[in-house]
Amino acid sequence: MKISKLGAPVALIAAAALTLSACAANEPADPGTGTSGTAASSTLAGKGASSMSAAQQKWIADYQSAHSGVTINYSPDGSGAGREAFTSGAVQYAGSDRPFQDEEMGAGKFAGCTAESNALDLPVYISPIAVIFNVEGVDELKLDADTVAGIFAGTITKWNDEAIVATNPDAKLPDAAITAVHRSDDSGTTNNFTDYLHQAAPSVWSEEASDTFPAAFGGEAAKGTSAVVDAVSTGTNTIGYADASAAREVSHAQLQVGDEWLQPTAEAAAKVVDASETISGRSEHDLALTLNRKAEGAYPAVLVSYALVCEAYKDSATAELVKSFIGYVASAEGQQAAAEAAGSAPLSADMQAKVAAAVASIK
Amino acid sequence: MSTATTTRNADPLTAGQLPGYTTWVALAGSLLVAGMIDASLLGGFDPGTTAFLGAVIFLPVAYLVARVVQGRRAAADRLATNLVTGAFLLALLPLLSLLWETLSQGLPRFDVTLFTWSMRNVIGDGGGAAHALYGTLYVTGIATLISVPIGLMTAIYLVEYGRGALARGITFFVDVMTGIPSIVAGLFAYALMAIVFGPGTINGFAGSLALSVLMIPIVVRATEELLRIVPNELREASYALGVPKWRTITSVVLPTAVSGIVSGVILSIARIIGETAPLMIAAGFTNSINTNPFANPMMTLPVFVYDQYAHPGVDRIFYNERAWAGALTLIVLVMVLNLLGRFIANRFSPKTGR
Amino acid sequence: MATVTQSTQEVTPSPSPERPGGPGRPLRRLGDRVFSGLSTGSGVAILVILAAVAGFLLMQAFPALTTSPEVLQAQGYGPFLSWILPFAWGTVWASFWALLMAVPVSIGIALFISHYAPRRLAAGLGYVIDLLAAVPSVVFGLWGSIVLAPAVQPLYLWLNTYLGWIPFFAGQPSGTGRTLLTAAIVLAVMILPIITSLSREVFLQTPMLHEEAALALGATRWEMITMAVLPFARAGIISAVMLGLGRALGETMAVAMVLSGAAVVHFQILTSQNPNTIAAVIAQNFPEAYGLKTNQLIAGGLVLFVITLLVNAGARLIISRYKEFSGAN
Repeated sequence: MKISKLGAPVALIAAAALTLSACAANEPADPGTGTSGTAASSTLAGKGASSMSAAQQKWIADYQSAHSGVTINYSPDGSGAGREAFTSGAVQYAGSDRPFQDEEMGAGKFAGCTAESNALDLPVYISPIAVIFNVEGVDELKLDADTVAGIFAGTITKWNDEAIVATNPDAKLPDAAITAVHRSDDSGTTNNFTDYLHQAAPSVWSEEASDTFPAAFGGEAAKGTSAVVDAVSTGTNTIGYADASAAREVSHAQLQVGDEWLQPTAEAAAKVVDASETISGRSEHDLALTLNRKAEGAYPAVLVSYALVCEAYKDSATAELVKSFIGYVASAEGQQAAAEAAGSAPLSADMQAKVAAAVASIK
Repeated sequence: MSTATTTRNADPLTAGQLPGYTTWVALAGSLLVAGMIDASLLGGFDPGTTAFLGAVIFLPVAYLVARVVQGRRAAADRLATNLVTGAFLLALLPLLSLLWETLSQGLPRFDVTLFTWSMRNVIGDGGGAAHALYGTLYVTGIATLISVPIGLMTAIYLVEYGRGALARGITFFVDVMTGIPSIVAGLFAYALMAIVFGPGTINGFAGSLALSVLMIPIVVRATEELLRIVPNELREASYALGVPKWRTITSVVLPTAVSGIVSGVILSIARIIGETAPLMIAAGFTNSINTNPFANPMMTLPVFVYDQYAHPGVDRIFYNERAWAGALTLIVLVMVLNLLGRFIANRFSPKTGR
Repeated sequence: MATVTQSTQEVTPSPSPERPGGPGRPLRRLGDRVFSGLSTGSGVAILVILAAVAGFLLMQAFPALTTSPEVLQAQGYGPFLSWILPFAWGTVWASFWALLMAVPVSIGIALFISHYAPRRLAAGLGYVIDLLAAVPSVVFGLWGSIVLAPAVQPLYLWLNTYLGWIPFFAGQPSGTGRTLLTAAIVLAVMILPIITSLSREVFLQTPMLHEEAALALGATRWEMITMAVLPFARAGIISAVMLGLGRALGETMAVAMVLSGAAVVHFQILTSQNPNTIAAVIAQNFPEAYGLKTNQLIAGGLVLFVITLLVNAGARLIISRYKEFSGAN
């Protein structure tokens, strides 16, 4: 009696669960293209920098739409995780906010590559890092390198500090404390930003560039780009740094380079890469760069992310897929797509050609 | 009595009593004063500040009035009443604020697309949580399949068989297990998978394992209580008819308690369906539907909410909207499960003759 | 037969934990043996699972505990003990403030529902508070970081300006509002329903005769509560508070999303530099961790596991002693 009464709702739930056959309006019904991809050749796994995750999503979406049957998974788990996964052969390509260092390179060190193959560092993603702020009544802020370094090092603590007033004579700067927000997690953004501070204001910013923000300098820590942007935009009298593309709704400060005041624009960012030299002593097609942050007209706080691939893959089908996908990523249309979707700075035509040549050399 | 000192009233019955409307008058007066102070001295009227200030003024005023008219003891009683009522109202604030925000921010994207689309190939606007809903269905479903038999049988052991040190130990450790932090359960599942299948093995089943650790003690607690309520007369009548003990349990005890058990299971599903941290660690993130719980990451609804909030693309607004819509879905889901559980418990509960 | 007729005469449905099947049971059949084996096995399985949780965590934590500090330093997290210490402090400190706010409020609510609210409303009001427990922690995290933190930031400025002489409120208040106090507020809201529902139950168990005796002697309602209800419920309240503490110590997502955490040890709760909690550190760093960092985070989880285990075990011991005590009365 009781069971039969109870049976009705239970059966209803069971029926509801059964009718939910797994499909979504935007996913192909063919199970072969799901994440449970059957053939290894049609699935590519990538892992790495979260900074280019929006761009990767766009590239993957475009590439998958053009090549049905191919599934690419990019997990934005961080550069370090990406490099390790690539070295151990767990993924076929990695995204990284810095190239492999010399001691990490070496033929035969990479499980997914052939024994005599080294890795290739290919710059594919350039993003300006904006200094973002939220101060009541202030829309425009001009900061020189020493001031930026002082603010984030905790030596400049008030918005009406002389150093800030000096470069912003017209702004109504409040007599309020500065809350400087930085990343709590390891990130390439922090690495590139502290590298800029160390290069441009070594007297104030004594610490070398590093993935973790130096604990000695204090300030407020927030996890991930979005938390930094959130903390700055919802807080009051705050300042922080984040990829410019992820911080569109917050005001960006202008940074001083030489006599110029530069906004974090794509063009100004791309100039850094053009003015930079490749690291010497590597193979012909390796494009690891030493960034030159003092070039004229170049926005100095720039993040360059690399695609890490093998010179030669053990599996030829994987090699073909990597060539095809990374080739698209570095192409003019791929770079343009990322610029629209992720707000990155497209590689210059010259750099595109170099990357294309490197991709063509993958075996 | 202290009233004697203040009594100048003609009517001895109401002497030293404050009329019933005193509280409301004092409250209204306090709020009015607070509003005026707020608007004039603190630069601009603000409902929050006014309410806070009003409470600060009201409590001593009400106390003093009662103190003068009714005496010390009655005044203390009045103060306690006001404080206790205030505590309840204070607790409503976060609840109302949270529900309001979730509704107002979640409703714009609480549409069909949310349930029919995944996030595969979606950048910016559009997209939905279909993949997360499937994941939640799979992960929670498997966790339920693991937890209910173990939990139910343990409850049966504790009620029908358990005696001595083992039963006491199990009761104690089930209680202790209810206090395991959810993230520790996630780490356990991750560690288990890492040791058995190699490091970095992340899939839906691992998520289910983590949830099971959290769910089993809840199921044991819920079902044990119900089995204990089943009147002993029923069991004894069954034994008297020569029915073996296990048949008694399966055909007398369990059917009597079945509605309560079902509702207990539903309520425990409601408790674990919103768990985020263990799934983030054990089941991972993905943008596509994954229908294989034993391979590759599987998205779940709470992780979807976190992911949309924490890893937005360029146009944050769309991601935030999806996060709130996911949160709304989650709250609705939990509430429906709660109501369903309570409904089944009330509607189909055994008539115990009371 | 005799026992059966006796028990049918007992009309009151006794919730006594007396188990069926007294002495003189018939011989055990195969089905019985299988069934009792299964149910005993399930009970033992729970103990095994609990041991497995500790065991697997220990196995995965082992590399982080045994690797030399220099290697760990190169991994970026440093030696285990000095790494975990600030977060253990943050866990305790945030939970302390959460309790400080939640305990008076939830005891007030419990009293309101049990002794002040109209009878007919009481159950409904209790359900309203339970709704708070139904909200998933990730939603609390969203609400805390997007809504609550900016809303309370002006209050923090005020606290700092006028009460800054109290060491806790000293320092430079954060402009984001994502401070330890905000995290503690969110935690307080989350543990409120647990403490409320448990203490409400104890309050309702106060012997009616005690309450009526107090009232008959002319006590006001508040005096009746301080004389009869609170002394009776003391042990129950303590265990409810400890269970709430256990939940606060282990709460993850809400803290991870609300708190701007760092690796510092200090007492100030309004500044930009807040000690993070163990659970939040794990949640924030685990998805991107690799190599030894994973092991180190798992070792952190082990520490958290031990802390919460001790707190919960303590609470349960108090409850069980209290049960025996009230049963004797």
